[in-house]
Amino acid sequence: MIDAFDQIFVLLKHWALGWPFWPESLKPMLSVFLSIVPIMLVFALLFGITTVVERKAIGRIQNRYGPNRVGLPFTDVRLFGFGQFIADGIKALTKEDIVPRAADRVVHFLAPIALIVPVFLAYSVLPYGKNMAPIDMDTGVLFFFAVGAATELSVFMAGWSSRNKYSLLGAMRAIAQMISYEVPLIISTITVVMMVGSLSTVKIVEAQAEYSGQLPHWHVFTPWGLAGFILFLIAAMAESNRSPFDLPEGESEIVAGYFIEYSGFKFALFFLAEYLGMFAISGLAITLFLGGWTAPLAFLSWLPSWLWFFAKLLALISLFIWVRGTVPRLRMDQLMNFAWKFMLPMALINIAAAGLWFFLPAGFDRWAVCSAMLIVPYVLLGRGLMGGKLFTKRTYRYAE
Amino acid sequence: MTLPFAILAVVTLAGAIAAMSLRNLVHCALCLVATFGGLAGLFLQLGAQFVGLAQILVYIGAVAILIVFAILLTRGSESPQQPIVAGRWLMGVAVAALTFGSLMVSIVTSTLISSANGPKPNVAADISVKKIGAKLMTEYVLPLEVVALLLTAALIGAVIIAMEEQARLAPEGSQSH
Amino acid sequence: MLGEGIIKGLAETARNFVGSYVDKERLVTVQYPEERLPAKEAARNFPFLVFDGHDPHAGLRCVACQICEKECPPQCIYIEKSMDKKPDYVGKPQFYPKIFDIDISVCMSCQICVEVCPFEAIKMDTEFELSHTDRFAGLLFDKHQLAKSNEYYQKIHPNEAAEVDGHLAAEKAKAEVKAKADADAKARIAAAKTTTPPAAKPTPAPTS
Ligand code: SF4
Ligand code: SF4
Repeated sequence: MIDAFDQIFVLLKHWALGWPFWPESLKPMLSVFLSIVPIMLVFALLFGITTVVERKAIGRIQNRYGPNRVGLPFTDVRLFGFGQFIADGIKALTKEDIVPRAADRVVHFLAPIALIVPVFLAYSVLPYGKNMAPIDMDTGVLFFFAVGAATELSVFMAGWSSRNKYSLLGAMRAIAQMISYEVPLIISTITVVMMVGSLSTVKIVEAQAEYSGQLPHWHVFTPWGLAGFILFLIAAMAESNRSPFDLPEGESEIVAGYFIEYSGFKFALFFLAEYLGMFAISGLAITLFLGGWTAPLAFLSWLPSWLWFFAKLLALISLFIWVRGTVPRLRMDQLMNFAWKFMLPMALINIAAAGLWFFLPAGFDRWAVCSAMLIVPYVLLGRGLMGGKLFTKRTYRYAE
Repeated sequence: MTLPFAILAVVTLAGAIAAMSLRNLVHCALCLVATFGGLAGLFLQLGAQFVGLAQILVYIGAVAILIVFAILLTRGSESPQQPIVAGRWLMGVAVAALTFGSLMVSIVTSTLISSANGPKPNVAADISVKKIGAKLMTEYVLPLEVVALLLTAALIGAVIIAMEEQARLAPEGSQSH
Repeated sequence: MLGEGIIKGLAETARNFVGSYVDKERLVTVQYPEERLPAKEAARNFPFLVFDGHDPHAGLRCVACQICEKECPPQCIYIEKSMDKKPDYVGKPQFYPKIFDIDISVCMSCQICVEVCPFEAIKMDTEFELSHTDRFAGLLFDKHQLAKSNEYYQKIHPNEAAEVDGHLAAEKAKAEVKAKADADAKARIAAAKTTTPPAAKPTPAPTS
């Protein structure tokens, strides 16, 4: 019974495929269709809900209410404002689509499509539950990063084709940032790939699905895993242009960055792609470090695996929102310095630590050595980057 | 010839031709990306997952961006005035013919083709990433290290060139004030 | 150590997040259509015309002198003078505006009309829920929409209205004293007329 509940979506799909009236030749297509549509629907819905939750949470952080009005249409039911995203969607759909006269029409049109397609492709390798990865690829992680890298070009397309200096600046910033943070992102992933010995997302989760006592063997519970997870998360924030790394959009200096000249539904597509990118990369973080669909404690394993995946996803999304409500935007040089002078060395040291962890015999010594290997450079790098600067009250040369 | 192959081939070739003949440099770069994408698709279709995905990661994710940046940072994206077929086209044709010829020779004389007159084994399919990794780390470790060294040297060289320029510019800037 | 500040910041925002659910006092916003903040004395947006008493026509202070129309920078006031006259607050016959329109979609709330009006007839309102589905006629306010009682004025700007009222009352008292003096003089003259022939015509009371 529990197993059936765990596998309910897999069983449903098989049941739907087993209907006798499908022609045999259409079955592979249908199978693909039955995998894609639920994923798209679920994550589009999650996107809608997240936008409301985010606005509410940031409102609360700033001691405001946040959206709490829009509920069911034509009634007084308010649903705590969770009808907001439907209203926003309708508004985006019905708005006029404005293309600047000087814009490169074809590229301007293609950019949002070229952005949303790779983002959705990234979802095809994530294992959402036991036996619930749409494709179990031998090179799943590589696939994820390959399609992720393809989004950079669409950002450039959007920024360049708009013929607007702000959008071009935004695109330049976005690409510089994405390229810089892709390096620590991939290097922090390498540790996991090294340990598991596979690029397949399914195998990576399976490697973490054991328990010693009640505790799971998640990678985040090792020194290199924790460091890798934190590095991965920071780089993921930068990759998905989340605040404090939202320079490409920096409303206060370049208005909205690369999608400034987009309106209506195309703008909504950019917005959607950004959030979907965040979910996808959170999903990968869960797969790599947080044990994918496995339960956090052994006795909780009876809950369905997909429930755990989505619970972890929601937790990570909340973390992203929390950080957004806390940290102000970085400056461009701070961003680059952080990527190349802190993230990259730490990620490289982390690889060495992971290698050592692999060869040292299990026990307390291994913990101590690997932790020291990470903490000492962390402290030293932190000291070095601050350069002995003491943060005092800022003095202004002119504006006194 | 299957339908996916036909589509990918058309995309690749059309992209390549457009990349040669379009006026706007950025459009050319974008068409080149289509070609890269088509090539990656062809690799994937042949079962060479690693090569295909590396193609996307490296060529679309990095090389194309580099090209685009180079176009934007040098002379802007305005279209050139001179005709497309210009100047040293003869040399270009010669280089292209040489490349094509050498590739052709190496493919025709490859052991894979000569040995596979019978039923062709699907060679690519059982080359897993694991095998590639193992080979790179054992048999081909020296070439790998050489390439790594070369790339690092190039990186450092680029940084040094940029630094020198800065050092040269700085005193001039302070004098002009 | 690196990252310390971020942890502190996260703790602070978490405290605010939880606090805003526990402690209503923390919330800085009010739920607008249901809850409202009391309007500030100095608030202003668009002008209105003040009338005394209960009849918007009889009590209207505006005498259609058209000073405000001339002074309004964006030219959003339109006035047409009446043909006949009606008594003003001191009882003196004055013109009144036959038409008095303000286009509030043009008005920039500068309060210049209020500054220049010599009759304390036009004042700034605090009413802001003026949105309308007809963007032309709906935002052109005529005399009837603009006329609001002095009690209303006292309610929205108590201090200012008290000052104006005191000022007007003083003026009215002065006018009354003067009228009385005039009446007395007239009576004296009339009394004198019975005995002696009229010496001179009484000078008319100067307009205030
Ligand atoms: S407030 Fe200013 S703009 Fe408005 S009616 Fe008076 S003078 Fe004109
Ligand atoms: S509101 Fe005042 S200034 Fe304007 S016409 Fe009336 S009396 Fe004159």
